[in-house]
Amino acid sequence: MQTRRQKIKDSYLLYSFKRDKVAMVSFAILAVLLLAALFAPLLAPYNPYDPTAIDIMDSELPPSWMEEGEPRFFLGTDIQGRDLVSTMLYGLRISVLIGIGAVILQAVIGIGVGLTAGYLGGKIDAVLMRIADVQLSFSTLMVAIIVSAIVQLSFGVGRYEQLAVPLLIVIIGIAEWPQYARTVRASVLGEKNKEYVEAARVIGLDSRRIMLSHILPNTLSPVLVISTVQVANAVMSEAALSFLGLGMPVSRPSIGSLIDAGFEYIFSGAWWITFFPAVLLIVFILVVNLLGDWLRDVLNPKLYKG
Amino acid sequence: MSLLEVKNLEVSFALRHGDLVALNDVSFTLDKGERLGIVGESGAGKSVTGFAVINLISKPGRISKGEVLFDGQRLDRFSEKEMREIRGNHISMIFQDPMMTLNPVLTIGTQMVETLRAHRKISVKEAEKIAIKKLDLVHIPSPERRLTQYPHEFSGGMRQRIIIAIALLAEPAIIIADEPTTALDVTIQAEIMELLIELCNSQDMGLMLITHDLGVVAEVTERVLVMYAGKIIETAATSDLVTSPMHPYTKGLMNALPGHGTCDKENRLQQIPGSMPNLTEIAPGCSFHPRCAFCQDICTKTVPELRKVAGSKDRLVSCHFPIGGQN
Repeated sequence: MQTRRQKIKDSYLLYSFKRDKVAMVSFAILAVLLLAALFAPLLAPYNPYDPTAIDIMDSELPPSWMEEGEPRFFLGTDIQGRDLVSTMLYGLRISVLIGIGAVILQAVIGIGVGLTAGYLGGKIDAVLMRIADVQLSFSTLMVAIIVSAIVQLSFGVGRYEQLAVPLLIVIIGIAEWPQYARTVRASVLGEKNKEYVEAARVIGLDSRRIMLSHILPNTLSPVLVISTVQVANAVMSEAALSFLGLGMPVSRPSIGSLIDAGFEYIFSGAWWITFFPAVLLIVFILVVNLLGDWLRDVLNPKLYKG
Repeated sequence: MSLLEVKNLEVSFALRHGDLVALNDVSFTLDKGERLGIVGESGAGKSVTGFAVINLISKPGRISKGEVLFDGQRLDRFSEKEMREIRGNHISMIFQDPMMTLNPVLTIGTQMVETLRAHRKISVKEAEKIAIKKLDLVHIPSPERRLTQYPHEFSGGMRQRIIIAIALLAEPAIIIADEPTTALDVTIQAEIMELLIELCNSQDMGLMLITHDLGVVAEVTERVLVMYAGKIIETAATSDLVTSPMHPYTKGLMNALPGHGTCDKENRLQQIPGSMPNLTEIAPGCSFHPRCAFCQDICTKTVPELRKVAGSKDRLVSCHFPIGGQN
């Protein structure tokens, strides 16, 4: 009997991964970034959240290889005198946390709605999908602006700083769930008339069990593919919101709010405060999307290249 | 009292331009251990009969008249929840295409354990034990190993055996087999049929075999219903029906079977001219009359009743001029 390890070793997934240089490089970069984000408190030379560690005299120092640069701060410092490397590591951590959290929320809502709508059909389908359409007609930014404005007003800016992470997860999660709902529903419509579903009904399984343990596993490959793209989208949305000043506060910056914070000083010569976080964001989004593309090709049997 | 009794069953589908009657006044019984064949062309209502018995006619269809009695209970009046207790537990069904009826992404073990646990409160370990026993019953070698395999790792005949094993899991009283061997080749067909007969005998199960193949019916069943355009047109013990068909349609089906004779003109296959009418445009009178060689005036006007043939025990035929019968 084959062991699990042997099965993974022989799988087409690994085989095609090993032959695709873009996927391998992307995966390597993503792994480094995710590990860096996860272990930010260990890796970062300074703690950007600790006000006592910050010296305002260090503000706006350029990267260490430039004139006036100090070896203490490799990529320079931001306007408050925080080490840019440390701040970016912590920022990436927050961005990734929000991105993944939002995608999990989207997936839970979207898959639930999509399965129910697709399998039960009829009026339930019509109502649920119209709700999804309504949701899609609001742009993420608009929902975010309204909600965060209301929360900031009602809880005050101080409380808002504590609530920011879960709030952004909920906002982005709610704004984007119809993507999942539509994809899952479309797959369910294709699957539900197959004979194995009828066989499951004949066996006497109830609808819930048929949906969750028979239809859902058969619709997972498109779900996996959109999940990668949606993580990238969620990180982007969060960056956009933060850039507009609606996301993470400056005291706990995400990548987006770092870009925003530095943007004001770009013309006064302190370009690095915006530049390095922006590069980090672009690289992160790019590798996630490239991996998503690769995954889509692998999971699509019509593109099977043998 | 019979195990399964279907009385005057009518199934109709609500279409935009009115009801379409797919089953019309169908009655039959099935006893423990009895093997009943249902024969007919595509669209004659064979499969609908099968689905009606487990009350799983999909919308817009419904049982519009008649009764389905299982063990004295009116299945046609059961709620969806009560029916789930019957399906797979007391009455199981096997489908035509074994390639399609197993979930491609779940292992055989998962699918079998799930089926058992849907009906009984038992642990996964116990369920696996039962599953292995059933796989053994349908002659699958080394069943323990098979549980961890996926459907694509099996051949068509093996898969149909697994499906039969799944149908057997809860030890049902009746198995409805809807063309179980149509998608398989002939040698495997024979094996599966032998298996079904063996299981009916050893487990004392009733079998409803739905097929278009009179040859299979002759081999496997004890009684036959011949259906045409939603009605039973002839029913008899299999041996009687095969040796002396009384309805011209049955006779036509028999003539369309390839025999073992030489290939001269007389032994050529004869087909029944024309095709079965669409259910929306059934001619008045006997529904078979446009294709019948013995058609007379009365056949185009009055619908023949399903009558008992004089001098027989339980042979019914619905024809004004049955072959070899004194009317």
